[in-house]
Amino acid sequence: MTDEAPKVELLWWEGCPSWERALAVLSEEMSAVGLDPASVEVREVRTDQDAGREGFVGSPTIRVSGRDVQPPDGEPAGLTCRVYRLRDGRISPLPDRADLRDTLANAIEGGGQ
Amino acid sequence: MAQATATKVGDSAPPLELPDTEGQTHTLPAPGEAPATVVVWTCNHCPYALAWHDRLAQVARDYAPREVRFLAVNSNDAERYPRDSLEAMRERVREEEWPLPYLHDESQQAARDWAAQVTPHVYVLDGDLRVRYEGAPDGDHMDPAQNASWVREALDDLLGGREVSRAESQPVGCSIKWR
Repeated sequence: MTDEAPKVELLWWEGCPSWERALAVLSEEMSAVGLDPASVEVREVRTDQDAGREGFVGSPTIRVSGRDVQPPDGEPAGLTCRVYRLRDGRISPLPDRADLRDTLANAIEGGGQ
Repeated sequence: MAQATATKVGDSAPPLELPDTEGQTHTLPAPGEAPATVVVWTCNHCPYALAWHDRLAQVARDYAPREVRFLAVNSNDAERYPRDSLEAMRERVREEEWPLPYLHDESQQAARDWAAQVTPHVYVLDGDLRVRYEGAPDGDHMDPAQNASWVREALDDLLGGREVSRAESQPVGCSIKWR
């Protein structure tokens, strides 16, 4: 483990209502692994051009040290809502907490960006 | 384009005339009207609509013997959201064996007429096609055990000749994708 904290980003689009809940869950999981939730970079994606530039495939998108918590499977960039699959198979507008926790933990172990 | 005033509880439902995924036209009103009708705005790409879909489909199956009519409508702009194209809708209906017709509102006029806001957005109509419930299927898109209970309760009240006890709720989901 290194002293450098991983960069945590949350990208959102106003067409999906889930991003505030996603931020709350992300903050809880960051606290749980000893990261400061205030360090999250929260960015709104407003246009298709923004989405393309960010590689944004839907809201919310959460990246830790540049790694998506559930890497997209070829979805095109665009202003849309993200469909996550939880570990128990349910469809969700939010990623699985366990995926968040594992991604954060792996980034901490591997060193920040 | 301007939208109509939101369709609310007590209002007469705006008429519908839309094709399903096989090209058959469905209308509201329809000949031999049902004792109750459920109209749900939904789509293929929204996690909320997808999470609630199985529950709503099961309601359609469970209430078919009581002659309740179900219509699903997709009004999203398929150019920007290809997963909501007619072809993609047809694939879903065939693969998932939908128990209700999936109507394609290509012009988005139906969504404007109803002022549907999100997917899913549920309307339960009585035999006179007045809105008796409007809102979400149930209280938690993440909990399948909720079983679209708000829709079921509204239907049970209507079919039992009672006032609908929970007449509205806040619809929760992805915004309709306008052109």
